[in-house]
Amino acid sequence: MMRYLIILFVLFLPIQSQALTAQEIVKKSQKAFLYQGKDFKARVLMKLITKSGRERIREMTMLRKNYGTSGGEQKYFIYFFKPADVRDMTFMVYKYPGRDDDRWLFIPAINMVKRIAARDKTSSFVGSDFTYEDISGRDLEDDIHTLIKEEKLGGRECHVIKSRPKAGDVNYSYKLSWIDKENFLPLKEKFYDLKGDLMKVFTADRFGEIKGYPTVVERTMKNIRSGHRTEVTFLKTDYNTGIPDRLFSERFLKRPPKKWIK
Amino acid sequence: MLKISSYLFLAILSVHNIVSADEISVNGFIQGNYSANLNRPNPDGSDFKWAEEKMQLKISADKEPFYLFIKTDLSYEHIDEKSDLELREGYIDYLADNWDLRLGRQVITWGTGDLVFINDIFPKDYEAFFSGRPMEYLKKGSDAVKIGMYPAFASAELVIIPFFEHDNFPSKRRFRMFDPMRGVTDRYKEEPSTKFENTGIALRVYRNIAGFDTSLYFYRGFFRQESMQPDSVSAPTRLTLFYPRLSVYGASLQSRAFDGIVSFEAGFYDSRQDRHGTDPMIPNQSTRFLTGYQKQIWEDFTLGLQYYALYMNDYYQYEKNLPAGFPKEKEWQDIFTVRLTHLFMHQTLKFSFFSFWSFSDEDYMLIPEVKYNFTDHLWAASGINIFGGGEEWTRFGSLDRNDNLYVQMRYEF
Repeated sequence: MMRYLIILFVLFLPIQSQALTAQEIVKKSQKAFLYQGKDFKARVLMKLITKSGRERIREMTMLRKNYGTSGGEQKYFIYFFKPADVRDMTFMVYKYPGRDDDRWLFIPAINMVKRIAARDKTSSFVGSDFTYEDISGRDLEDDIHTLIKEEKLGGRECHVIKSRPKAGDVNYSYKLSWIDKENFLPLKEKFYDLKGDLMKVFTADRFGEIKGYPTVVERTMKNIRSGHRTEVTFLKTDYNTGIPDRLFSERFLKRPPKKWIK
Repeated sequence: MLKISSYLFLAILSVHNIVSADEISVNGFIQGNYSANLNRPNPDGSDFKWAEEKMQLKISADKEPFYLFIKTDLSYEHIDEKSDLELREGYIDYLADNWDLRLGRQVITWGTGDLVFINDIFPKDYEAFFSGRPMEYLKKGSDAVKIGMYPAFASAELVIIPFFEHDNFPSKRRFRMFDPMRGVTDRYKEEPSTKFENTGIALRVYRNIAGFDTSLYFYRGFFRQESMQPDSVSAPTRLTLFYPRLSVYGASLQSRAFDGIVSFEAGFYDSRQDRHGTDPMIPNQSTRFLTGYQKQIWEDFTLGLQYYALYMNDYYQYEKNLPAGFPKEKEWQDIFTVRLTHLFMHQTLKFSFFSFWSFSDEDYMLIPEVKYNFTDHLWAASGINIFGGGEEWTRFGSLDRNDNLYVQMRYEF
């Protein structure tokens, strides 16, 4: 009996302890960071801070719904509270893996829904240090991922992954990510420019557990060259709120229901 | 057609609900807006096309299923030295599960065009646009009922417009322009009266088909630009300015393509009072096309291109009946537009350039503009409206001596 148990143990041991590949780590991280829950809702407060400390505020409600598995299609609905000149604007994104997003912007001053041509890869989101891709993620297949080391960061065991874009579609040459071994959230990301110099740094500053999902509720992206940084705080974060499909439509873009944006 | 009693019923119901509204919000801005002539003073002697301070208040009250919105402008205009209180928008929404209703003064924008309109047949203020006022003042409100319907297979907006509202064109006091009947000063304006058969109807049915935002449009009402009817063509002494009957049938498509956004729009203008093109004072029937492309060239830099063409039907009849001495329009008229936008400094500084160019009329309008957001509440913009080319009666050529430099400053709260 004991012998069988040992054999069983030996049989399962390699599987249990077999190291995850870099690709698998990034995939798990993507799921934990960008695809958690069926849907997601948060009041997002962005502070754009110059080197000299001048602040500008962007405040919005962000709703996200997943369609399919992690890495699959998603829809975003964003309603702006601040600044005053974009108040009541809404923004909708249909995000597709492997191709460009569809985006619509509603301009309340002329009651017009406008389609927006924009590229994710390098475009700044509302003037912040985050690109669209930093907010909504990058396709797993767009980079070659390598596990370069494992180390502790702020007391947490991390995988350190190097992700090098396959095509020159972004303005950085590679990215190093410190991914928490336990919950797979990215704790830090360092972006290096084409000359190999450090360009911008992402840090996850505070965590919360919402409906059992570990969540980064405060984060910062800092531009090393300009000294400009953007601090993001998620308030009223929630998951699995039952966002209906029909919310992601022109009708509700023009007239966002209070229930979903407040 | 909804009856007055149901309007009243809704209004009373809404007011009752709004007294206990869940949320009342008040926003708005204080604005200074000035536009100086660069060529010559206005015909009325002023050096300014526009000089105004204004305060706008936006009040909204929400108590589902009702929503009340009021946007009102209190302004002082220096050229005419007059103050004004204007209701820009004021409506009540009723929201049901798969339909909704908006009653009152409302701004509606349809179609895919960027400053070029085919199926957006709602009233506009071109004088505001040419005078360097902020873009939103190009659109005028319609006093209307809009019913939105959202069954599963498509969505629709039906707009019923009992009160006619004309487009506002540059006035002869502020703008130096061509007038084919300059000598006739006895002019009489005749607007469609508010009665059942004059009620404007506009319908848009839309849905996404294979990634294309697709819309069909229908309009039955009047042209919003006036036509002139002289009492006698050979020796006119009196002009009647009126708005001929019009129906429009149109469609538009918009989709992501070629690394950008591509759009197509078309419309057939059925000029119901001149279906054979024999009356030279009323626009002939016409077919209009618009195609557009916009693309982000690099970060924070976008390019927008449009080509618009108008084909005048029954051109032979138009030519045959046009009185001698009248400027002759072309059978094919077109406009090519370019928009360039570049954002800097975390999208707080914007350089933009918009141009209209007509190949058929050889005239143009250029609008270079710079806008800066000093803080989250305060922005300023300045630009130039430059007109030229063509003949003295063509769209932009006629405004040749009206170039102006404008400044807009706004504090939003």
